Amino acid sequence: MIALVDYGVGNLFSLLSSFAAIGVEARATDDPAVIAAADRVILPGVGAFADARRKLAESGLEKTVLDQAEKGKPLMGICLGMQLLFDKSLEYGEHKGLGLIPGVVRPIADVIPKGLKIPQIGWNALSFPKPHPLFSKIKEGDHVYFVHSYYAADCDDFVLATTEYGAPLTAAVGRENVLGCQFHPEKSGEVGLNILRAFCGEGVLC
Amino acid sequence: MITKRIIPCLDVKDGRVVKGTNFKGLGDVASPVELAQLYSSSGADELVFYDITASAEGRNLFTDILTETAKKVFIPLTVGGGIRTLADFDRVLHCGADKVSVNSGAIADPSIVEKAARRYGDQCVVLSADIARVDGVFRVFAKGGRENTGMEAIEWIRRCVGMGAGEVVVNSIDTDGVKGGFDLEMLAAVCDAVKVPVIASGGAGKVEDFINLFKTLPGVDAGLAASVFHFGEIAIPDLKRAMREAGIPARI
Repeated sequence: MIALVDYGVGNLFSLLSSFAAIGVEARATDDPAVIAAADRVILPGVGAFADARRKLAESGLEKTVLDQAEKGKPLMGICLGMQLLFDKSLEYGEHKGLGLIPGVVRPIADVIPKGLKIPQIGWNALSFPKPHPLFSKIKEGDHVYFVHSYYAADCDDFVLATTEYGAPLTAAVGRENVLGCQFHPEKSGEVGLNILRAFCGEGVLC
Repeated sequence: MITKRIIPCLDVKDGRVVKGTNFKGLGDVASPVELAQLYSSSGADELVFYDITASAEGRNLFTDILTETAKKVFIPLTVGGGIRTLADFDRVLHCGADKVSVNSGAIADPSIVEKAARRYGDQCVVLSADIARVDGVFRVFAKGGRENTGMEAIEWIRRCVGMGAGEVVVNSIDTDGVKGGFDLEMLAAVCDAVKVPVIASGGAGKVEDFINLFKTLPGVDAGLAASVFHFGEIAIPDLKRAMREAGIPARI
């Protein structure tokens, strides 16, 4: 069973539907016992970093998530959920993250050429600096759906995928059992479902 | 490179697609769910469901089919039609919509744009504007293009983006239904005014119209159309191939 951490941020409908479509049981839950009993954990999130970080702390689920990561359980953050995994974010100030992956979340405006739109909204292609089981069922150049104004930086050792938006931006990261996707696999058609299938499969750990 | 998006729009009334024709391999062309699946598998980058239902009963049918579609189609879904309040946003977002487009609702109460952007994020709020030239000036029309609001369109769009609209659909009444190509002049004016993604609507008649759109106006992010897709006049795989051949980034 996959636990989708429900801490009051974002809409879990599409993620639940995606797992149903690939025949994997998933539950949206705010119950630490259910998260502890799950085989894998998804940390979703949309909106602002500080707000999500506060809600995760207030829900009491932050410790649960950290405990599961510590135990070696596969954990994947999606979109803002991925950004939360890092040391800190520079979105509207400076905010501490969960510190599960070394790196800093910075505005894409710092690195992309002027004139490109922010947020990056739409389908963009993935490149893989090294092979990873998470992408074993898709190929280089496949497109996934992005909506973001910030990106993970200073995390080169942990980058599993990048996308080109005037500059290479971090699209996915991984450190042992902790993974993250900046894009939305649940909105990326068959390619996205194949990423979720791989996450649910064997050998996904780094 | 981010790709240019192709977005079919489905007008839904009482749970059925209003326009539809003979698609090969599709049992029921009026079924929004089947049509959405077909579009998704043929390469549509996003879908718009437009609710043109008037009755409360029809509205429930709409959310039912939206839910059913969102369970089976894993590309972004935008919902429009009859969106006036935050409760309307809630209703469709809980049924699997990713973005919500406001048109007449924003004209009646512009603060809905700001309230919705604050609650759901800018990326969730799409401003849809029906625009026509009146004495050489771009004017915003309400009620499905029937009523001239008298508002200058570029200023209206700028104001809504300032309040948090994350994308803008520009529907040219002047080119809509004519199938002679998109309204490049109107779209250029909008692209100059705002930095958020701009979606062109109204006027697509053939593949070349999309090519011309993206070649002429690099600031346009997506092309939206209804009948040319519904009636099979343009097949999305053919369109995507033609875009790539013309050097326009497209997801295939």
